[in-house]
Amino acid sequence: MKGLADAALLAALAMGSVLGASALVQASWTRRSPAAAILLWQALGLAGGLAAVGTLVSLGLPGDHLGVAHSLLHLGAVFPGAAFRFPAAFGTVNALPALLLVFRLTCLAAGLALLASLCWVLIAASTAALQARRRQRALLALLAHGDPKVPGALVVDYPTAAAYCLPGLRSRIVVLSVGTLELLGRGELAAVLAHERAHLRERHDLVLLPFTALRRAFPRSGMCAESHRAVALLIEMLADDRALRGRPTRELVSALVRFGTAGTCPAPAGALAAGEGDMAARVSRLLQPVRPLPATASAAVCLAAGLLVAATVALLIV
Amino acid sequence: MDVLWETDAPLTVREVSARLTERNLAHTTVMTVLDRLAKKGFAKRQRDGRAWRYCPAATRETYVTELMLTALDQTGDRTAALTRFAQSVSGVEAEVLRDALEMLEGDGGGDEGSG
Repeated sequence: MKGLADAALLAALAMGSVLGASALVQASWTRRSPAAAILLWQALGLAGGLAAVGTLVSLGLPGDHLGVAHSLLHLGAVFPGAAFRFPAAFGTVNALPALLLVFRLTCLAAGLALLASLCWVLIAASTAALQARRRQRALLALLAHGDPKVPGALVVDYPTAAAYCLPGLRSRIVVLSVGTLELLGRGELAAVLAHERAHLRERHDLVLLPFTALRRAFPRSGMCAESHRAVALLIEMLADDRALRGRPTRELVSALVRFGTAGTCPAPAGALAAGEGDMAARVSRLLQPVRPLPATASAAVCLAAGLLVAATVALLIV
Repeated sequence: MDVLWETDAPLTVREVSARLTERNLAHTTVMTVLDRLAKKGFAKRQRDGRAWRYCPAATRETYVTELMLTALDQTGDRTAALTRFAQSVSGVEAEVLRDALEMLEGDGGGDEGSG
């Protein structure tokens, strides 16, 4: 009954990942070491997804076989041709084997469908992001210009404060609106640039991408929305930390506050609720600095993340 | 593109080159650029005898608005295309932030920033 045992362990891992994620949303240590917390988020997401697929697939495969991954590659051997002769199976006195077969095939199909849809939403989200960026680049080529106040960044003539970055393999662009240049002083602008360049350098967009994909795939799932928001906030905190290197805290804080309260763009109700309280969290974290986690604690977090993924993969392979 | 935006009537390649005097660009270069703009949909063109006449497909403001609406996440499609510096806040949270800034400027001398 190795198949059932595998399924039970994988189901436990999937449930554990969900519980872990909901605990991580509440946790307060995450803002002390955003990088370790982000790593743990990624591990929970990856292990949770793999374990959920693995549970269904291993329920769908007759037991006593090698691991899920191996069985999937040799489906022909796992389901011998005879098993598919439904009339023959139904013809026997005992209908149990036929029902079992139907149950197994359903689980297998559900598992494969889940795997396919997870891959699909990831591809769809990446494509959407790439297209949006391509359009942004084309428009920026027509509209943007440089400005001596912000060397290396592009400036767009727009009165509302806006600052963002366009990540990419070949071109990494920081974009500011004229409204931002008018709103912020020189030091504050430097802090904004440092923050955005940290995003670009460390490819924070790729970190967030799977969580964006999940939120798009399950728009009604509170869990997906919560984890997306948590990771997005951690990424901002990480970039805030990077921006502080060799720069006074107050420049970044006043840039954040001026930016947040410029208030010239009333966001639609839905968008606003998504980030409620996040700006205050970032500012208060900068004003009352928290000690980063001790090295042993963050090492433990990284180890836990590694073990979680390793355990899931091991269950799928062995 | 700026030349096209600044003029009301559709322009030929030669007319565009003439308006770009300070850049001293070759006729073929201007032609290539205009051709590319037309292919990307930023410019519309129509036949005028043997030459094409180009005009902008939309105003500059239209494009700026499109660019910035995406940037400010007001388009409704939530892609991970770009990472913003900060969202705009309102209500109680804005109050909290303003208090924080006042505190900061109170004990820091308040020499920084514009306003």
